[in-house]
Amino acid sequence: MENKIIENTVLKFEHVSVSYVPGKNAVDDINADVKEHAITAIMGPSGCGKSTLLRAINRMHELYKGITVSGHILLKGEDIMEMNPMQVRCKAGMVFQRPNPFPTMSVYDNVLAGYKLNGIKLKKSQKDEIVESCLRDVGLWKEVKESLNKKGTFLSGGQQQRLCIARAIALKPEILLMDEPTSALDPIATNKIEQLALELKKIFSIIIVTHNIAQAARISDMSMFMYLGELIEYEKTKIMFTNPKDKRTEDYLNGQFG
Amino acid sequence: MSRRIIKDKVAKIVVCLFSGLTVIPLAAIIWELVKKGYHQINWDFFTKVAPNTLDAMLAQRSGQIIPGGIANGITGTLIMVVMAALLAVPCGLFAGVYLSEKPHTGFSKAVSFLTDLLQGVPSIILGIIAYAWVVKPMGSYSAIAGSIALFIMMLPLIVRSTEETMKMLPSNLKESALALGSSYRSVILKVLLPSSFGGLFTGILLAISRVMGETAPLMFTALGSMQVNWDVTAPTNAIPLLIWQFYNDPNLVGMIWASSLFIMILILILNITASRVARKWKIR
Repeated sequence: MENKIIENTVLKFEHVSVSYVPGKNAVDDINADVKEHAITAIMGPSGCGKSTLLRAINRMHELYKGITVSGHILLKGEDIMEMNPMQVRCKAGMVFQRPNPFPTMSVYDNVLAGYKLNGIKLKKSQKDEIVESCLRDVGLWKEVKESLNKKGTFLSGGQQQRLCIARAIALKPEILLMDEPTSALDPIATNKIEQLALELKKIFSIIIVTHNIAQAARISDMSMFMYLGELIEYEKTKIMFTNPKDKRTEDYLNGQFG
Repeated sequence: MSRRIIKDKVAKIVVCLFSGLTVIPLAAIIWELVKKGYHQINWDFFTKVAPNTLDAMLAQRSGQIIPGGIANGITGTLIMVVMAALLAVPCGLFAGVYLSEKPHTGFSKAVSFLTDLLQGVPSIILGIIAYAWVVKPMGSYSAIAGSIALFIMMLPLIVRSTEETMKMLPSNLKESALALGSSYRSVILKVLLPSSFGGLFTGILLAISRVMGETAPLMFTALGSMQVNWDVTAPTNAIPLLIWQFYNDPNLVGMIWASSLFIMILILILNITASRVARKWKIR
């Protein structure tokens, strides 16, 4: 599939390092520009720091003691470290490994959860509109329009994950962070999420962390390969998969380790 | 049969036997209470108070059941348990949420340790404390004093059950709520607490059923009253307290069994409801 990459930068990493233990960087001095309206895949073996890097973007590390993030991350030119973390998280939506709709909320309320939790009041008509358009965007509208008042947890795993994506995009974020969003799903559900990501990149910019090399090859425009906390290679996916520059990237893509 | 299969069979029988043994006390208690208490239970039992000792004696002499009932105990228990719960539920919930959210601070370790200690304080001591703190200054035995004693008793139970319930919530629930840009406060109030509703409610019901049967904390505080009393500043009765008072009056001993049966059923219902709620509202 030929993807036209619009060469605008949405997110910029400048010397980003993250450490869980003082003196030892789990993510070490990352510099990269993430393109707008593209899917950027972060690949690498377990423990290479790909999720850690992703979670630095929406400042999730601040929830835990002892994790330090240094360097700058610019979202549309604005340093996220100088923004209010709650504001950052509205602009950078996140989808997690396991589908996790709020168990007490209906499908309808799950989509609007971001508004509800932030205390943003909406008119009924606005709510209906957001719910319908977000559920349409994630291809869930036809499946759930009859059961909007049922609990989100009654849906299948794949549907739940799409609901979580709807919940994340309802706030109209600049960028969508996906942390191995299909690793808990079956191949059919995985395929739907991948197709969805390809649709959503028209509206949002997507960074997806994945264990699955084939998935990165299928859907991403740009690929990062991380190893032991370092960004080894960052290239257009097509180029990286056909002509990797670094020996480690080549070995990883060939399945020599990982 | 090989030795292994025989050993397996023997082990199975032993395990079943001992599991069965634990059921026997409860079954025996209920059987005994029903056998001795059921004939006292009628409409009057719930709506009237116990007769004086002479009337009770005369009724029994003429082969009738003791007239009257335990309305004063039922209302008193209701008042005191509700007041105790109104105090203990908010305090306990907040403390429990704090302990589960910030388990590593020195303060929360201290609170946690003291909660355990409080749980171990004999209930009669809580009664004496409430006597010194409430009855003495107020100059009267009262439902307030009784409910303070029950409140102190409920508190550690609710703190612990809240803490355990909140700790059992999947951690990604909190992360996903925060990832939507919401404040910590609204995550707790709108996501975590509602999600743990089943566990919290169960904990509260169990705490209520635990203090409902308590006599010792009420002896120095609520004291007892032979009339139905809605005034929270006046001496008030409670069902377990009544049982103790019936025991001290040879002509009213017959009321013990019916009262015991009633409170036993009440507590069983609370416990069964609690386990139902826990199952129904279980979060995956």
